[in-house]
Amino acid sequence: MSADTLSAPPRAVRFRGALLPLALFALLAVVPFVAGALGQPFYVSLFTRIMIFAVAALALDLVLGYGGMVSLGHAAYMGVGAYAIGILSFHGVDSGWLQWPLGIGAAALAALVIGALSLRTRGVYFIMITLAFAQMLYYTANALSTYGGDDGMTLWGRSSFSGLVKLSDARTFYWIVFAVLALSYLGLRRVVASKFGRVLRGCKENERRMAAIGYNTALYKLAAFVLSGALAGLSGVLLANHTEFVSPAYMSWVRSGDLIVMVVIGGLGTLHGPIAGAVLVLVLEEVLSKLTQHWWLIFGPLIVLTVWRAKGGVVRLFGGRA
Amino acid sequence: MTLLLVERLAKSFGAVAATRDLSLDVAEGSIHAVIGPNGAGKTTLVAQLAGELRPDAGHVLFDGRDVTRLPVHRRVRLGLARSFQISNTLLSFSLLENVALAVQARHGHSFRFWADASRDGRINAEALAVLQTVGLADRRDRLASEVSHGERRLLEIAIALATGPKMLLLDEPMAGVGPEEGQRMVEMLRTLRGRVTILLIEHDMDAVFRLADRITVLVYGRAIATGTPDEIRADAAVREAYLGEEDDELVA
Repeated sequence: MSADTLSAPPRAVRFRGALLPLALFALLAVVPFVAGALGQPFYVSLFTRIMIFAVAALALDLVLGYGGMVSLGHAAYMGVGAYAIGILSFHGVDSGWLQWPLGIGAAALAALVIGALSLRTRGVYFIMITLAFAQMLYYTANALSTYGGDDGMTLWGRSSFSGLVKLSDARTFYWIVFAVLALSYLGLRRVVASKFGRVLRGCKENERRMAAIGYNTALYKLAAFVLSGALAGLSGVLLANHTEFVSPAYMSWVRSGDLIVMVVIGGLGTLHGPIAGAVLVLVLEEVLSKLTQHWWLIFGPLIVLTVWRAKGGVVRLFGGRA
Repeated sequence: MTLLLVERLAKSFGAVAATRDLSLDVAEGSIHAVIGPNGAGKTTLVAQLAGELRPDAGHVLFDGRDVTRLPVHRRVRLGLARSFQISNTLLSFSLLENVALAVQARHGHSFRFWADASRDGRINAEALAVLQTVGLADRRDRLASEVSHGERRLLEIAIALATGPKMLLLDEPMAGVGPEEGQRMVEMLRTLRGRVTILLIEHDMDAVFRLADRITVLVYGRAIATGTPDEIRADAAVREAYLGEEDDELVA
């Protein structure tokens, strides 16, 4: 055994670990065809939405599952990304080449400022302060009367990419969101296994030890927070394009809670877990809310049961490796 | 030559003075032990030297530099590393990864987001060499949670060694270790003599008197005596203030 293969898991284990993520992406890939065959275009829209939230859940998992930072304000970065699109669209800037980088950049900047201040605290105080900052952004959005205030605002249309792709076509948009999700997933897999990711995982497990071997832990955690904020911003950019509407509700703390539910139910600290969680939560919401408006009465116990029976998330029921 | 110089260090927690007017110098290449009864302020001293606690007064000079106000990670980079009294390893990481993280820290910043860290041959090879030094190479792929208490004590030292220190602060490396593993630890520390300077906090008198070049005795946060093992054995103040009923141990 040579030194460079010391810690790599055997090929068979790695293959088995890849089965569930592959199955998930295969499921998402057949949705447009099934929807077409059934004559139910609504499914394309539903699963577009699911994948957009899966991107945000992935972003949250980086800080929550790998960095041990319980951020209860991640919807805010989605909201900032979405509002960037809304505001630019309002002023007649509809080029995606401008809108998308600005949306992502604005969310990253918000995460940088909020992260730098929040990471001075620990545990329950960190949860409170991320929540407080998210609420500040929520009420700021409410106060933006030019941009619809608490009613929100309808966009002129989806981003344009010099006529290269037409986002207004539901299927085209579906595949773009699919590609964003797949690339985010594959990219984050690299990141968590990289030197940076290894330091981040070390900080989650034992920050004092990491400082004692020479790491400026605050800096690594902040970098993860900004990366996560940027990715959540991207999901907000997609959401604004999908709904062609932005509203303060995108930033509500209930939304932040939903993201945590997706990550925890799916599987904290696994990257396919949050995707499975987004599918599960939003499909159940769709099905149950048709049955009754008190659907949380059914959904709540289901969450309790899942967390109880499947510690570590539903993906671990399938025996997949973290 | 003096590697670590502590000048008139003081630290209080409310009304309790944990460190009082403490001065100490550790010569490069030596093993300097700090002993003292429970509550003498040994762990508080280590925390101040490592940078986890800020002293109320006094200075810590390391390698000619005033490090009194430097944070932990900066001191480690200068070559001042510590081990913990209670094993403080990354339990869900393999032994190799625990050490590799310390090697990785020494190589500079870790803002590398793409390449698989576990396949970095240079880091793995260096980490393996350190595991060999402490005799844990054959356990490299075990998780830290799976190995014995004594092995985790050795891992604790391997991690500190992998940071490439000029000086190790060892906080009771023998704590909770059986006689056989304690022997293994003493042998291992002996092999480090001359290569790295050691400040050894230890309860095991037998180990202290076998290893140390110099010994400082701490009582109620104050250094009451410093000298060679023989001088400390003969010191009347030490016998009276600290050893008293433990006389036998001292002569042993």
